[in-house]
Amino acid sequence: MNGAQYILNFLKEKGVKISFGYPGGAVLTLYDEMAKMNFPHILTRHEQGAIHAAEGYAKVSGEVGVVFATSGPGATNLVTGLANAYLDSTPIIAITGQVNSTTIGRDSFQEADVTGITTPITKHNFLVKDINFLPSALHNAWRIATEGRKGPVLLDVTKDVFAAEISSPVVKMDEKAKRYDDLHKIVPQIVKELKKAKRPHILVGGGVNSNECRELLEKILKRLNLCVSTTMMAKGVIDENEEYALGITGMHGKVAANLSMVHCDLLLAIGTRFSDRVVGNGDLYSEKHKVIHVDIDAAEINKNVPAYIGVCARAEEFLKALLIVLEKEDVKNLWDDWKSKVLSWKELEKDDVKISGLLPQDVIKAVNKYAGDRAVVVTDVGQNQMFCAQHYKMRYPNRFVTSGGLGTMGFGLPAAVGSAVSNPDNNTVLFVGDGGVQMTIQELATVKKVNLPIKIFILDNRCLGMVRQWQELFYNKNYSHTILDDNPDFIKIAEAYGIKSAVLDEKSDLEQEVKRICEEKEPVLVHCRLYREENVYPMIPPGKNPEDMFGRNNRKFE
Amino acid sequence: MKCVSTLVRNHSGVLLKVTSLFGRRGFNIQSVTVGVTEDPEISRMTFTVADDEKTISQLVKQLSKLEDVLSVKVLNDSDCIKRELCFIKVKAQSDKRSKIIEIADIFRARIIDVSKNTITLEITGDGDKTEAFIEMLSDFGICEVVRTGILAIERGEEMLSIK
Repeated sequence: MNGAQYILNFLKEKGVKISFGYPGGAVLTLYDEMAKMNFPHILTRHEQGAIHAAEGYAKVSGEVGVVFATSGPGATNLVTGLANAYLDSTPIIAITGQVNSTTIGRDSFQEADVTGITTPITKHNFLVKDINFLPSALHNAWRIATEGRKGPVLLDVTKDVFAAEISSPVVKMDEKAKRYDDLHKIVPQIVKELKKAKRPHILVGGGVNSNECRELLEKILKRLNLCVSTTMMAKGVIDENEEYALGITGMHGKVAANLSMVHCDLLLAIGTRFSDRVVGNGDLYSEKHKVIHVDIDAAEINKNVPAYIGVCARAEEFLKALLIVLEKEDVKNLWDDWKSKVLSWKELEKDDVKISGLLPQDVIKAVNKYAGDRAVVVTDVGQNQMFCAQHYKMRYPNRFVTSGGLGTMGFGLPAAVGSAVSNPDNNTVLFVGDGGVQMTIQELATVKKVNLPIKIFILDNRCLGMVRQWQELFYNKNYSHTILDDNPDFIKIAEAYGIKSAVLDEKSDLEQEVKRICEEKEPVLVHCRLYREENVYPMIPPGKNPEDMFGRNNRKFE
Repeated sequence: MKCVSTLVRNHSGVLLKVTSLFGRRGFNIQSVTVGVTEDPEISRMTFTVADDEKTISQLVKQLSKLEDVLSVKVLNDSDCIKRELCFIKVKAQSDKRSKIIEIADIFRARIIDVSKNTITLEITGDGDKTEAFIEMLSDFGICEVVRTGILAIERGEEMLSIK
């Protein structure tokens, strides 16, 4: 068996059903074996597309995303995706080719120091230049990507290792001790604090984004009779049609979710790393609130927000332990007044828009109505993402795919490719801006080739909407390089790729058209011609806290 | 200053992974020393960092997350012995030599090289002693200072082990 066969067999044994990638000189042996073994692989049209697709696949399926690229430029094209997966804790195995072990360090053709480049943006990486090290590196890479807080792991494998023969592989597994806190001791203490609180609030993040946690969380919320808000990474963990679900919190969060953050006296935050987009200034926040912070990664506790009680635990284990203690407590009516106060804030969310053009939120709401409960919703980054996060009501976990921490424009289309692969029985809808779609538009070829029935809604406002919004609000309306009046004809682009298209504008029968599009069994590119100057509200100014939130026409929320 | 001692896997790339972390997370490190331990597969790294509780706690947690870091411990000044080796080359025309040797004696420094115009000294001590010695020599004109950075080991039976 050679190195390439060993890698592909290993992945097959691990249950890998699909991989994404792009061939090249250093990975010729790998791709040769791939074809011979009939290993499942989708060719994207750019390595960045491959890794975002792998991420989309991993997010929706809960499995590991696998991506291949060649040395040098192939590997450096993965950089953005690795950084994205690292910040969003997505399990990825990236296998890159490297020049021959004998020519490393001589600035050979297509050589780049890929382990050096990717060290700060991977959970771990390996340079494999000896076939005897390959088995250990692979097994450990898989372990690292999937254990504890998940993340991307890269294996940089020299060209000769793919071809080298290995007769009796030896695997040496390394261990990394995980130390979680003793929940039997700490959970009763947390329940005590909860009972002492007058206005407790619960915030859940991406760490809770699983079916198991959802069930536990629903039971806990019923016992507590409290409302809950989520970060964007946890969108869908709680059915957003439920009354007690306040939606997302943060810079463009829902009014009730943010006001709960402001007025609570105790915040129980589970599985969130308190991004600055969630809480603004963490030090300031914890001065006024008791924060109980539960996270799988000990380093997140006290990093951005000083915690009154910090718990290092897996979210699922914590929720289980919490439920057991709560089942012995009668707390159901402790916070009735607080809860009705919180629910009353939902009334403030009614937004009085008097604009005649087509608005993104109208398109999103219509799609929400017809795409189906189990549809996977993929977004790009910017206004399209925020409007979706605010207005699309998700019902199930792991079905909202977005670039959270890194905010990667161009993520949407390739991520939709991966999402659609793991979601054959339901709709996959993509909301992407006219700016972002042009960053990875080549993946339309992949969509066509694999015939993925993605409904691509290009929310075209002929500008880089979010940056334009900041220029309007904070830079004196100096619209420097954000106006895209020279966009291509997206309908012709669809036609060139052989993809069906549709147009939505203010004259369209929105509901009728969206219904028809959602029923299509093949990909459709929908050109949504929007009113240009719509902004995302409410908004918390950068570096500020939830109490500084403002709405349309500088409206304040009390 | 506080000492943070770590045990790491002894293979190429570890140093990069650790130092990359410092840059990325904005940790300001006074000194780093690395050397192999009694187990050839394991190296020990010692960092000295400013004594700021929040930074040290983040440093320890972030270091512990690295795959190649096997053990991390913050050493309290009172419970550990710290040493640093330092070479100092000073200007020393013949009329200044005896003065320099006198100072070296007080600090128990050793003379390791002499040339027509310079003397090179070797001193071992915790950081403060070395600083004081360099200060005393500064009047003669210092040509070069070469320091290893601080090494630290716990007193008594306490030791750093892989848990």
